[in-house]
Amino acid sequence: MNELIKTATRDAYGKALVDLGKVNDKVIVLDADLSAATKTIMFKNAYPDRFFNTGIAECNMMGIAGGLSTLGYTVFASSFAMFAAGRAFEQVRNSLGYPHLNVKIGATHAGISVGEDGASHQCNEDIALMRTIPGMVIINPADDVEARAAVFAAAAYEGPVYLRFGRLALPRINKEDYDFEIGKAVHLCEGKDVTIIATGLMVNEALIARENLANMGISAAVLNIHTIKPIDRAAIIAAAKETGAIVTAEEHSIIGGLGGAVTEVVCESVPVPVLRVGVEDVFGRSGPGAELLHIYGLDAANIVEKVKNVIAMK
Amino acid sequence: MDEMVKKQLKITACKVRIGAIEAVYNAKSGHPGGSLSIADILTYLYFHRMNVDAKNPQWEDRDRLVLSKGHVSPGLYSVLALKGFLPVEELITFRKSDSMLQGHPNMHMTPGVDMSTGSLGQGFSVAVGLALGAKIGGKNFRTYAILGDGEIQEGQIWEAAMYASAKHLDSLTAVVDNNDLQIDGSIEDVNSPYPIPEKFEAFGWNVIEICAHDFDEIDAAYKAAEKCKGKPTMIIAKSIKGKGVSFMENNYKWHGSAPNAEQYEQAMRELNAELAELEA
Repeated sequence: MNELIKTATRDAYGKALVDLGKVNDKVIVLDADLSAATKTIMFKNAYPDRFFNTGIAECNMMGIAGGLSTLGYTVFASSFAMFAAGRAFEQVRNSLGYPHLNVKIGATHAGISVGEDGASHQCNEDIALMRTIPGMVIINPADDVEARAAVFAAAAYEGPVYLRFGRLALPRINKEDYDFEIGKAVHLCEGKDVTIIATGLMVNEALIARENLANMGISAAVLNIHTIKPIDRAAIIAAAKETGAIVTAEEHSIIGGLGGAVTEVVCESVPVPVLRVGVEDVFGRSGPGAELLHIYGLDAANIVEKVKNVIAMK
Repeated sequence: MDEMVKKQLKITACKVRIGAIEAVYNAKSGHPGGSLSIADILTYLYFHRMNVDAKNPQWEDRDRLVLSKGHVSPGLYSVLALKGFLPVEELITFRKSDSMLQGHPNMHMTPGVDMSTGSLGQGFSVAVGLALGAKIGGKNFRTYAILGDGEIQEGQIWEAAMYASAKHLDSLTAVVDNNDLQIDGSIEDVNSPYPIPEKFEAFGWNVIEICAHDFDEIDAAYKAAEKCKGKPTMIIAKSIKGKGVSFMENNYKWHGSAPNAEQYEQAMRELNAELAELEA
């Protein structure tokens, strides 16, 4: 891990769009009046003719994205996760998901680390919502390297993709030559007592927890699941078989997100104890993002506690 | 409009109505009222105005039509069948579990359908996206959207209307099928969208008011829309819900219900009599 490099995945998103636009002239970016925050403004500045601001009208933006995509464009439609997945859910479901159109939803400001804006803007439900749409791919990158790779992979994939980015600057955990594949989990560390399955900014917390657990004599494997749908069933089943216990960790509600997806696979295939770290079915509040992560138990310390508990259940 | 052309369009529109009633009757469900009120305009667009090729439904430069009021799919399917996009025999499979004709249009299952619609308010935004794409891609195709007068109660309609005029999307022509009725009753009683022309004018559209069942007026409106530069055009078409079947006309109960055997026979008698008269 290189502690010196800290970048928000939304910044990586903006930069990746610019580089993608350079090699692919069919890329169009839409935003709903949040381009400075979602970082699509970088694309706007580079390719003003291929950027369209629909104003504060996310539902309309999704429809426009759908129409454009049927003409052969690869469309990225951006807003905050709350409005992209929340407000425009039915447009995403019916105008993009049902016809399986080639639109990538660039949803930034996901999760509780949005911080000071408070609960109205802290979307902890988007993964759950998007998971219910048949054919929707969901990618939740852990750092800037993964975010960039996800943007290019999404563009190369034909069909709707939900890309989840955050506001908070995160340490880089992946090497620049990292080989990203949609739907393929990444084994970060081996271990024998438990597997911590993490996604997004919780991957780094999982790595910290692993070090702390090692000092307590507990050997934890760490699996990074960047693609929540389609989920890497084989990797989860192997982890359950090899370590016999699982803790999931995500910056999302414990209902319907990574924890839900992993639990479904484990229960149906290799029932072993699973405990979930996530937002515990509550709304957030205002405060610095990094502080809120601790307040709501989205940190290494809580992962360590859950690991101890899950091992006791074995 | 040339009298012979007009006569042929009337004949085709009557056949479209017959096909729509066949579809709904055989499905024992569906939306006849709005299918009949929009039948003349759909017939005009596919048989006289739009640049489409039934043998090549995915032709890149074709004109596009988005049926934003997707529940009147029987009307659209009937037109597409008569135009040769699909066999007319398919119409009686409407809404059945092995049919290519879904309750609401599906762009991947039915040849000639340009966008999957059904959830009101959404298709209009897609049409705006198509017109935007034509503009930035330097394409000459035109985009047509069909809206219901009840549908314009959806907020998304006004998001799309604002954006289309802000971006001067003059290749877009939409029509409001103003039959005055929605599923729960008259649009005025439920939640009045009136005055409709003034609203779209205020949103920056070129607005034309016509009778939805007069081919001369329809033709003049779409020609004027094509000439209008810098603005999208909204045609407010005053129509009769259930047009062509006496007991369905102006009755909201025929928004979303199928005729029984006796009613079907009567509808067919009336439409076939009209057809015979037109063909005489």
